[in-house]
Formats: sequence, C-alpha cells, structure tokens
Amino acid sequence: MMHFLLLFSRQGKLRLQKWFLPLPERERKKIVKDMTTMVLSRKPRTCNFLHWKDLKIVYKRYASLYFCCALENQDNELLALEILHRYVELLDKYFGNVCELDIIFNFEKAYFILDEFLMGGEIQETSKQSIAKSVEASDMLQETMEEYMSKPAF
Amino acid sequence: MSDVVEKTLTALPGLFDSQTGAAKITNRLRQLVKSITELTSKHEEENLIKQELCAMKEQVSSPNTSMKQMREIMVRAMYCEMLGYDASFTYIHAIKLAQQGGVLEKRVGYLAVSLFLNEGHELLLLLVNTVLKDLQSTNLIEACMALTVVAQVFPKDMIPAVLPLVEDKLSHPKEIIRRKAVLALYKFYLIAPNQVQHIHGKFRKALSDRDPGVMASSLHIYLQLIRESPDSYKDLTGSFVTILKQVLGGKLPVDFNYHSVPAPWLQIQLLRILSLLGKEDQSTSELMYEVLDESLRRAEMNHNITYAILYECVKAVYTIHPKVELLEKAARCIGNFVLSPKINLKYLGLKALTYVVQHDAKLALQHQMTIIECLDHSDFTIKRETLELLFRITNAQNVTVIVEKMLDFLRGCNDEHTIIHLVGKVSELAEKFAPDNSWFIQTMNCVFSIGGDLLQQDVPNNFLRLLAEGSESKEEDDQLRLYAVESYLTVLKGHTSHLPQCFLQVMSWVLGEYAHLQGSVDRREVIRLLTQLLDQRSVSSETRVWILSALTKIPEGQTDLILHLAERLSSSQDTVLRQQAQELLHLSQDSQLHEWVLPRGAPWDAIEVDSSLSFLDGFVSEALAAGAAPYKPPHQRQEELCEDRALNLEPYSFSLPVSLSSCSITDRQSPTLLSVSSGLSGNSTELSQKAGSSTLILEGVKRVWGKDGYLPQKEATAPLVDEPSAAVQPPVQQEAAERTEPRPELSTRNQDKQQLASSLFVGLGVGSSVSLLGRSEAPPPRFRKKPRPHESSSSGTSEKSSGSSCRSSHHTTDIFLYGSFLEEEPATSKSAFDHTPKSTTANGLSQNKDTKEDKHANTSQIFGGDMVIVRPSTIQDKHPPSESSDLTALLPADLKDLPHSDVISLTSDPSLSLSSCRLFRDEALLLLIFISNCTETVIKDVAVQLTCEELKTASLRGNIVDCLEARSTSVCHYALLMDDPHTNVSFTGTVSYQTQPGHTNTLPFSGTLSTADFIRPLVLTTEEYGKLWLSLSHDVKQNLKLLTDAGDPLRTTLNALKDALQLHVVDIIGSEGIVACRLLSGAPCLLHCRVSGAALVMWLRSPHPALPDCILYHCQRALAHR
Repeated sequence: MMHFLLLFSRQGKLRLQKWFLPLPERERKKIVKDMTTMVLSRKPRTCNFLHWKDLKIVYKRYASLYFCCALENQDNELLALEILHRYVELLDKYFGNVCELDIIFNFEKAYFILDEFLMGGEIQETSKQSIAKSVEASDMLQETMEEYMSKPAF
Repeated sequence: MSDVVEKTLTALPGLFDSQTGAAKITNRLRQLVKSITELTSKHEEENLIKQELCAMKEQVSSPNTSMKQMREIMVRAMYCEMLGYDASFTYIHAIKLAQQGGVLEKRVGYLAVSLFLNEGHELLLLLVNTVLKDLQSTNLIEACMALTVVAQVFPKDMIPAVLPLVEDKLSHPKEIIRRKAVLALYKFYLIAPNQVQHIHGKFRKALSDRDPGVMASSLHIYLQLIRESPDSYKDLTGSFVTILKQVLGGKLPVDFNYHSVPAPWLQIQLLRILSLLGKEDQSTSELMYEVLDESLRRAEMNHNITYAILYECVKAVYTIHPKVELLEKAARCIGNFVLSPKINLKYLGLKALTYVVQHDAKLALQHQMTIIECLDHSDFTIKRETLELLFRITNAQNVTVIVEKMLDFLRGCNDEHTIIHLVGKVSELAEKFAPDNSWFIQTMNCVFSIGGDLLQQDVPNNFLRLLAEGSESKEEDDQLRLYAVESYLTVLKGHTSHLPQCFLQVMSWVLGEYAHLQGSVDRREVIRLLTQLLDQRSVSSETRVWILSALTKIPEGQTDLILHLAERLSSSQDTVLRQQAQELLHLSQDSQLHEWVLPRGAPWDAIEVDSSLSFLDGFVSEALAAGAAPYKPPHQRQEELCEDRALNLEPYSFSLPVSLSSCSITDRQSPTLLSVSSGLSGNSTELSQKAGSSTLILEGVKRVWGKDGYLPQKEATAPLVDEPSAAVQPPVQQEAAERTEPRPELSTRNQDKQQLASSLFVGLGVGSSVSLLGRSEAPPPRFRKKPRPHESSSSGTSEKSSGSSCRSSHHTTDIFLYGSFLEEEPATSKSAFDHTPKSTTANGLSQNKDTKEDKHANTSQIFGGDMVIVRPSTIQDKHPPSESSDLTALLPADLKDLPHSDVISLTSDPSLSLSSCRLFRDEALLLLIFISNCTETVIKDVAVQLTCEELKTASLRGNIVDCLEARSTSVCHYALLMDDPHTNVSFTGTVSYQTQPGHTNTLPFSGTLSTADFIRPLVLTTEEYGKLWLSLSHDVKQNLKLLTDAGDPLRTTLNALKDALQLHVVDIIGSEGIVACRLLSGAPCLLHCRVSGAALVMWLRSPHPALPDCILYHCQRALAHR
C-alpha cells in the first residue's frame, strides 16, 4: 500500500501531495522536507529507490518535476515506478503534452485524476480510457451546469 | 477611499461570473502563482501570502460571496496550504461547499476536505450528513465523490454511520461505483477489521463480479485476509489460478493492458496471493505450478513491468512448496536481473537474491563477481542492499570480511535508521560467528562507538550477558573478559569525550566487574580513568551512576582515592549520585561489609536477589507497630491524590521510587538480568531464618513490600515466578515448603541446568578449536537460546515494548494472584489417574486444601446459573478431542466445578502429547496444559514456557516437572488476564524435556483464544444498568441478524448470544432487551438491543474504547454460525 505521493519541482517546491494514511501536519511537513532533500541530492545514474525509515521511497523525474512515493516493505518497487509512469501518462492525456505549469495552475484537476486512479493507497483503475472518461464526465457536467446555473448563486 | 475600491474589486468577480465562468476562476489562482514566481525572497512570499489570506478571510465571511467564488477561494486556500501556510479558517467553508454547492462546487469542496482534514479532525463530524446524502444520491458523480472522500478521511468511529450505505453499493448497477465501494470497504477493513466482518460473504461476490475491475479491487481485501489466515481461504486457490490463467491468456479487455502486457497489477496481486496460499502446503502448491510456469514463460518482453511481474513470480516460486524445475527457471530469471546493465533491475535482482539465498545459499556463488561490484557501487541504496544479501550468506569463514564491509559502510552512513538496522546485524553476526576474542571485542567496540546511543537496548544487554554468563570453561571466559578489560583501558586512555553514553556504560560495567582479572594494571590507574570520566561534562547522569557502581566494586585498599571521590560527590546536586557516594564511602571503610555485599568472583547466576525485600520485614513491622502508615504503591497513592486534591499532604511521594529504581538498574549483578533468580530468594539461608522468626507478621509485610512500587524491574517478575517463592506464598505454606526441603531441589535443578547447557554446547562445539568460534557456532547465538525455564518472565522485562505496559498493569496480576491464588499449593507433578489428595498431602496441607475446595465450590455456584459450559466457536478443533474424556478427569479437584471447555489437543511428538483446557474463573481464564508422556520411559526436566503478547500470563504451578513417569500426565496451570480486548489472541509456547540425560528436545505449541473466553456476565438490576449506561462514554451501534426461527425472535437471539458469550440478560421489555457483561473483572460493557424489522439494532457502551467492537464481532459471529 502506498503511504503518500508527492510531486515537487527541481527547486524543491511542492506541487502536489496526497497522503493515504493520516499523519499530523507537523509530521507531513517534515516528511516533505526529508523527501525533497533526499531525492534532490541523488546523483545521476543511481537507482530510483531509497530506504527511509521502514519505508521504501520510489521516485522518478519527469522534465522538471519529481514524482515520489513511499511504499511498504513488501511492495514491489518496479511496479510503483510504473504507477508513477501511468499517472504521468494520464496527466499527459488529459492536458495534452503536460508540463509543470499545467500542474501548478490546474492542480485540482491533477488531484481529480489521481482520485480516479488511486484510492486508499491502492490502484483503483488502470485503464487510461476509463479514467479519462470518468474525469471528463465530471468536467462535462461542470460545463453544462455552468450553462444552466448562469444566474447569480445568491 | 481604498476601502471602497477594495469592496468594488471583490464584488466584481461576482458580477462577471455569469459570463466568464471557469476562466475567471483560474485567473485569480494564476495571478497568485505568477506573482509568487516573480518574487525573489522567502520573506516577500510570506508577505504576499499573508495579504492573500487576509483578503480571503474577508471574502469567506462576507454573506455576498457566491458558491462559485467560494470554490475559487478554496482552490487558492489549497494552494496556500500546499506552500505551507495555515488557512484553517477555510476548513469549515470547505465542508459547507461540499454540503451546499452544486456538483462542481461539491467536487472542490470534497477535495479541499480530503486535503485539509485529517482523520480525527473534529470538523469531520459535520461532514457525515453530507456524505450520507450523497451516497444515497442518484447522481453517479455525487455518489463517486462521496465514496472517494469516505475512503480518504473517515476515521474508525465514523465508519458505522456510512457502512450500510457503502455495503449497498456493492450491488450497484454501475461498475465504477461497485469498484469504489469495494476499495472503501478495503480501507475500512484496514482501519477497523471487526466492523466489516459480516460482509465477508459479499467480498466473495465481488471476487466473481462480471467486471474485472471490481474483481481486481476485491483482491486487495483478499491479499490482506489471506496474509492474516491463509488456511481459511485455501478453497479459493482454484479460482485465483483460473483468473491468472485467463489474464495470461489475454482474455481481459484490451483496456486493461499496460504497454501491451495484460493487466500487470492484477497479475502481481494474484501471484502474491498464490504464494501466501502455497506456502508450506504441498497440495495447494501443486495446483499452481502450471500457471507459475506459464507466468515465467510469458514475461519475456524487455520492459520494467514484465520484470516487476517476473520478480513477484520468482518470489512466489521460492515461497511455495518447491518444485525443482520451476526453481531452476526462477534462478535463471534472477540471473537476468542481476546481470542487467539497468541499475533498477540490478537492485531488484539483489533483492530477489537476498530472498532466495535463504533457501539455497549456493545461488549467490554464481553471481559472486556482480555482488562484489555492487559492494563498491557508488549508489548508497545498492550498497545497502548488497550488504543485506551478504548478511544472509555469512558463515564462520567469511564473517570477518563481511563485517568489515558492513562497518566500512556504517562509517560513511549518517542515516539513523540504516545505522540502527545494520549495527544490530553486525552484532548478531559477531556473536554468532566470531573467530576469536580480540576480533569479537574489537568489533563490538566499533558497534558501540558507531551505533552509539541509537542502539537498541538489547545489543549492549546481550553483550554484557555474554560476558557475564560465560560458558562451560572459566578459563576461556576469563580470557575474553581480560581482553575486554585491556581493550577498554586503551580506549579510555584516549579521547573519551566523543564516546556514546551506551559505550561508556558498557565499559564501566566491565571494568568494575572484571578489572581484578588484570593483574598487571594498577588499580589506581583504573580508578583514575573512571574518575576522569565522572568529571566530563558530556557524561550523562545515568552513565555517572554506572561509573560509580563500577568504582564501588573495584577498590580494596585504595581508600584514599575513594574517600576523596566520595567526599567530592557527597555535595553533588544529584540525589542519586549523592546516595551512591554515601554507599561508596561506607563500603570502602568496611571491607567485611564490602565482601558481603559484593562478593568477588561469584558466578553471576548464584547471586540471590531478594525481590520481596524480606530482609526489611523486621524494620517494616517495627515501623507498623509504631503506628506508621502502611506502604501504598504509587498508583494507589495517585488515585487517592486525585480523589481529594484539596488535601494533598504528600507532595514528594513520587520521587523516591523513581530515584531508587534508577540506581537499582546498576546494581551488582548483570544489568540485563534483574530478574536473575527472584524465585530463589525464598530459599536462601538468610531468608529462611528471617521467615522463621517473623512468620506472625509476614503476610502483611509481604503485601506491603511486594508490590511494584520500589523495585519495578524485579517486582515485575515476582508474580510470574513459577516456583514456590516467598512473594506468592502464604506464610503457612512457606513453612511447609521449607519443610519439604526446597534447597536440594534447587541445587539439583541448578545442576541440571548447567548440565543441560554444557551438553548443549558440547554437541555444538565439536570440531572447533578456537574458543568463541567453537562456542557460538550454533546458528542461534547461544546466550539467547540457553534454555531458561526458571525465567519465564525475564524476556518480558527486557523487551522494551511490553515492558512499560507490563509494569503499569501488573498490579492487577498481583492483586489477582495474591487474592485468589494464595491457596494454591506448590507445584507438584501429578501422575496420571492418581489425582487423589495423596500427592498434595505431602505438603501437609490437606486440611487447608479441603476448606479451599469448599470455597471454590461456593464461588462457582454463585454464578452457576449463568455459567454453562461454553464452547466459543473460535477455537479451531483441528484434532478431534479423542482423549478428552480421560483428561477432564485429570482436572484438579479444586477446579473441577469451574465451567470449562473441552480438552483440545495442541500438538504431539513421539514422546509427548499436549492438550489444553480452558477454565473460566471469574477474574481470569485458567489455561490448563496437560503434558502426557506417550513413551514407556521416564521423561525428565519437562519445562513449559508460554508466551502471549496480548495477554498477561502467570504460571501458577506445574510448569516445571522434574520427572514425568511413563504413560502419565502432568498438569500445568496458567492464569491469563486480558486488559485490552483483542478479538482473537494466539499464544505460543515450548515444552523442553529430556528423554535421555543431556539430550534436550523442544516441542513448540500454539493455540488461539477468543475474547469470548474472557467475557463474564455482569449481574445488575435495571436501575443500576440505567445509571451505568449514562456514565459510559464509548459507544458503537450496529444492525445484527435477528434469529427468526422460533416464537420470540428477540428472546431467542438474546439467549443464543448469552450461550455463546456468557452475557447476562438484565431485562427484556417489549421489543427491547438489555444485556450486560464485563471483561473478566474489569471494564463492563452494556448492550442495548432493539428489534427493528428483521434486524436487531445493537447499541453497545463501555468505558473501554475497543471492548464494544470486540463484543460486537463475537455477537456477529455467534449469530452467523447458527
């Protein structure tokens, strides 16, 4: 089971955070700090895995953005790497040639996609089509609602 | 003026909203992000965000803000929180947005809630109604959102509210809803397994769902379930194999492909499940050989995902019952990993190797070169993984090299977790395979100086125990000790300020204990070095205590130095130090006293620790006679203090036990073994005299001093002592016990123990020349394995985790043991079919015993009405209770009248067979273990050890039997107490015995108990019930099945529950019933049942948070199994 998923930039700026287990705010901040320093200090041509406490950290860099997640001991690191990759593919499909800016400006969309992809730290849906469909369905609804509700709300 | 402008500006978006819509919303965020990126310093950013937050605060509190604007604000708030700023004022608005907004506002509102509010946040309660409404909504998207948020943030106590609705969603026509519902239930299962216990049948339906996605989601739950109890799901093996076959055959829709590999996530999940099912089970494994073979064959594409599958496959092949052909194939696969130029694959290859060398160490040989390359790899992670692999293949020949590599790595490592982890491994290897003394000591020095104070306490403890306990040869021990002393003197002569406290403590203990072995070194030098340490500022006060006790042991004739030191310290601010300085002063002046208190060179295990402090009996009785208040343990005092705070006259009452306990740690004997032989104290010469002279007041005194107040470490073990000891014995019996010659028994036992130890190690040391190597070549380090039946509890005190809980709750055990088991006679072996009072009259106690029997009969009659023979359904009767009829006859006469379970066979081997029986006493569960000798020869030295993490166990009698006649049975009694409810607990234990002298066998056994064994009826009236109900805080509500097969469904159901769980039905009025029970004699639990349609609405309340859950679980089970 995945414990958390973080997206941060090369400068160590957090872009997205998803916690699958409840943690106090202070702990979260400390983890984010630990992760950014650990991952950013990795040299090139090293493997994508790290040990951290009793968890395993799997990270991968896509352009200027690092995707980083924490796994339990019995989980499969390579598989987690592919989960990250699939998430990037999903973002790419949704935004069309995704870049860091897309995620900064539409981070709530990135969360919606993630919520369709993972649930409770486990894979919920692996099909690119289905995820795209369900995210789009909500988006479409958004558009039509917008039209119908063009009167001032209050 | 600016105010007006501000207001117009904030009002503007509302005016334009109708036209611009979504574009507008992102604009504000865009502006914010842009302006942040343009900033140059953190300070500027802070200011900007502060401004932004202020503006937002104003906006959210304004009544004119529309939902749409609110949504936009919420997005910005999320952004600010992500940057690390506090936007908690928006939390309540996030909930409002989820509640009141249209679908798209709701979506943002729920997202904000799931990001802002942690499990347990109080505002979450406000969300329950919204979620309930949305779960019932016909709008698919709303239902999806509700399920997502439920799985993300709902805490344990809020699950019952939504559970029925989520459960209903399992049969929703839309697969996406079903899938989300299954995953939400999975999450519930992780948080509160008891609450979803009744839905297991529906999980099976999800497993055979027509949508592969739903089926795949249900596998998460199954993986978890099977991990917990693989045996209950063996019947599903066929289904899992079929599913995997279909996946491999490409039968799933193309949608599930990932880079043209069919459903890899599903495959991996299935492989994991299969490996769990096939573990140590040949027939199940045979079902899956074919599909595993196919899996290995199919995964040939060169892509990460196929390697991920392969890795899982290899692990499965090596976990299940082995098949040569498959093993070979899997081994070849590992080669592909390890030799791959891709570093990620290499890493995984090392991991796979680490896993498989446990089964076949030779596999590592093929990859020697790669392993050596990886060892010098620049990547930290790879290096660490390689060391892990090396650790697994270490043996006596390669230990020096491997440990050297590990230490090298450690020196360059600064991650705490890694250090603790690896240092533990190094010390384990050093203890197991050390080639000689000097290497061992040097390595341990490195361990202590690198590991420092991060070390787990058992590393220094084990080390000191190894030194103290020694082996069969005194010469070798002394050599080792001597070497340690020399090495430490060298260390101390160098720079000491950087040394960790833990290392200093170890050194001072060793020097204090063994410095006398070193003839050539001047004592003064040792004293000087130690005193020097005392003066260092970096030395902690705990270490000072260690050093001082070392100094106390050394002197003899060096009085001038000591006097000087003692004088200096007697003005110290630290009371413990001052006290020790006083002791030091006295001891150094009186050499006779010194010799008596700290005898030189006495074997460590001969030291008698009088845990009951009976030498103070005289003093105490005098004080009591003079009108002093009797001693009260700290918890009792605390309670009293709480009761009348106004009259707090004892402000300093807590400091005494604290300081005393801290110095007791550093007492004379090995620090790890405070429990050394508390059981023996009752037999010491000095004691028996004392006991003889003070029998009159002994009882009161014992109880006063025998609690866990003064010497917690020692006391903790006292109640568990398995021999007749002063602490648990009433005075009359103690006398009796002395009359029956306890000392010869003791000495023979000691001899036997030594014999056992020496015979164990002679057998292991064959063919080895060097001392340490020879002694410790046995795979498990010898000092951990050394059988120590007398100390069934010592592990409990040294274990950090259980230690504290043990101590805090031990007084209940005490009370319980003192209270009702005072009458227990000393351990005696009863031979089969000979349970007439004859064996007990040997103690001269027959009269005493008779009265006691009466008492027991009475007590059991009191609750006889409610206590039927219960057979909680959880005990798995694996073996039909064939001999039960014989064995129940063996129940001791005094326990015969207690309600008891059937006798269940636990385990057996050719010589012994074990069975158990549970007896339900009011305040405890008695577990009787019947040890039957199945051979025609006498079995000697039978010792039973029982452990259970969740329960408190106390051995009452019979767990050590010197001699078990042919074809006879001995009964061993354990009392089990449950403080915190657990639905099911398992106990494990071992029986060690000798069929021939010097040849010890062990027979492990295990079993499970359910909470139902610990539940007792609580008899009270309806009024009392009403009062108690209002005073209880934790409650749980759930619908249960109603048994409708008989006339009065409520009565039938309640009776069924009563039979299964020993509940007390207080009253039944119309369609409602009230029921009460308690956990042993502890926390009560009240149940309120109401018939509602075809269901029974059960409402439970208890002062204990986990008890209602547990009882609910058992109620569900009891009703489901009817």
